[in-house]
Amino acid sequence: MLAEKYPERIKQIFAKYPDKRSAVMPLLYLAQEEYGWLTEEALREVAGLCDIDPTQARSIAGFYTMFAEKPKGKYWLQVCTDLPCALRGADQFFHELCEYLGVDPEHGGTTDDGLFTVEPVMCLAACDKAPVLQNNFHFHENLNIEHAKQLIEKWRAEAAAEEDKDDEAE
Amino acid sequence: MTHILLRNRDIPDIWQFETYTANGGYEALRQAVTEMTPDEVIQVVLDSNLRGRGGAGFPAGRKWSFIPKDAKTKYVVVNADESEPGTFKDRELLEKNPHQVIEGALIAAYAIQASGVYIYCRGEFWDLAHALEERIAEAEAANLAGEDILGSGWSCPVRVHLGAGAYICGEETALLNSLQGLLGQPRVRPPFPAQMGGGLYYQPTVVNNVETLSNVPWIIRNGAEAYRQIGTERSSGPKIFCLSGHAANPGNYELPLGITFRELIFEHGGGVWKEKALKAILPSGASGPILPATDEVLETPLTYEDVAAVGSTLGSASVILLDEDTDIVWAAAKMIHFFKHESCGKCTPCREGTYWLDRIYARLLSGQATPHDLEVLETVPQQMDGLTLCALGQFARSPVWATLEHFREEYEQYVGLREAKAERA
Repeated sequence: MLAEKYPERIKQIFAKYPDKRSAVMPLLYLAQEEYGWLTEEALREVAGLCDIDPTQARSIAGFYTMFAEKPKGKYWLQVCTDLPCALRGADQFFHELCEYLGVDPEHGGTTDDGLFTVEPVMCLAACDKAPVLQNNFHFHENLNIEHAKQLIEKWRAEAAAEEDKDDEAE
Repeated sequence: MTHILLRNRDIPDIWQFETYTANGGYEALRQAVTEMTPDEVIQVVLDSNLRGRGGAGFPAGRKWSFIPKDAKTKYVVVNADESEPGTFKDRELLEKNPHQVIEGALIAAYAIQASGVYIYCRGEFWDLAHALEERIAEAEAANLAGEDILGSGWSCPVRVHLGAGAYICGEETALLNSLQGLLGQPRVRPPFPAQMGGGLYYQPTVVNNVETLSNVPWIIRNGAEAYRQIGTERSSGPKIFCLSGHAANPGNYELPLGITFRELIFEHGGGVWKEKALKAILPSGASGPILPATDEVLETPLTYEDVAAVGSTLGSASVILLDEDTDIVWAAAKMIHFFKHESCGKCTPCREGTYWLDRIYARLLSGQATPHDLEVLETVPQQMDGLTLCALGQFARSPVWATLEHFREEYEQYVGLREAKAERA
């Protein structure tokens, strides 16, 4: 439960606003950080904390692209394919990245091993540094497909190392 | 040229509190709070003719003067939801010169005697927003924000709120709803945000763009007259022009309002990439009508009035260049797809209109469009005209009608009208 695990952070979030309801977005982020995506249970918890109906929490979650209503890969990659980026090759970059990861080159998707989710997104306000992608909300700019492949391999190695460590701990 | 806004270009580590204060930072706030009345601050900003840099160009001082003096609770909300395709100036300001934004917001807050400031950052500014919280804490530690600022008895906490990926939240009333934990959809006006019942938590509220507020410390320190020396009579001051698309050197360029498209693109921005010819310009991202790159357009001064006179808008000055090889129908389709995705769904003409348009563009690009599609394409923007609560539904019309007006033959090629006509002839 979020309330038991993060009492201090939740207190700090509520302290920022005169109205509990304003905390819904920061709390959804917290829930997403904890559970990986916004499960039914997560939405209920957040709704309970801000005294709103779970349906209202779900409608907020569904309104924004950065809230995950379904499970995402460990590395959630969002590539801007909007006009300014597309003028500098972002569509092709997106297709090549999808092909490299073995997901649908038109719409993106999640790799079979659950490691990567790649999605096209709207403007990320970094048009001068196209092509651009966000990995779990952190920006990588001025990319080309070769850079991106190196990043993917770096993340793959990171994930494998973490898994080895977990195995040892067990 | 020394920068007024992008001071980070001259002083790279100005994001640090010590560097900012060593270079005159927070002196304007000190001057305002300890030597000026709130009304005097509003008057200086009014006299400076500082106009809103988020797109609408509304005079900032007038916005501040609308706030009722007798209201007990008032807010300043900084619009850092920068989401217009082609706009990336607020990101640089917040990342590289954040204290100037905080100082500008606090001066605005003092002018209206606000009880709090919220900086609404788009969710994708995740890293930047967390760093911004640290900068605010530095200002608080120096008694420049928070409780009893500079011993004046006036208290004003500054807080950061993160959006989560929705263009519509850059619309000020949708932003306020989002900040209140409601769906990020626009409100019916009046009441306007400055009025009782219209602002944050329904209290009188000033909503200003990041770049607008970044001008304020300089204006306080140097005076309205000095500010009006920059730019033109009706469009005063410096402006950050975001150059993107097929620019040789895409990036932010801080220049006085009133320079021409030609100066911006060719003298400062290095021209068009790959030495190609320039076909068209989108002066204000996806929201403003496209302009063909004629000599008349290139000689147009970048001011609110002059860009309007040639049939577009200055908006947030996100200048996207399209080179000679650009398929205009494809570009329009990209913009329409954007608006369809970002329509909040509240007003039927926008929700359905952008959906219809998106479908027609998909048919056009896949070669399945008929001449009838082209007729429908023309009527849909008419059916959206003036029938939406906010500007999104209006902006979404321009990629269609403006590209049809200037580049109709490219559409006709897509529906095979030309070939049919040629055959009949």
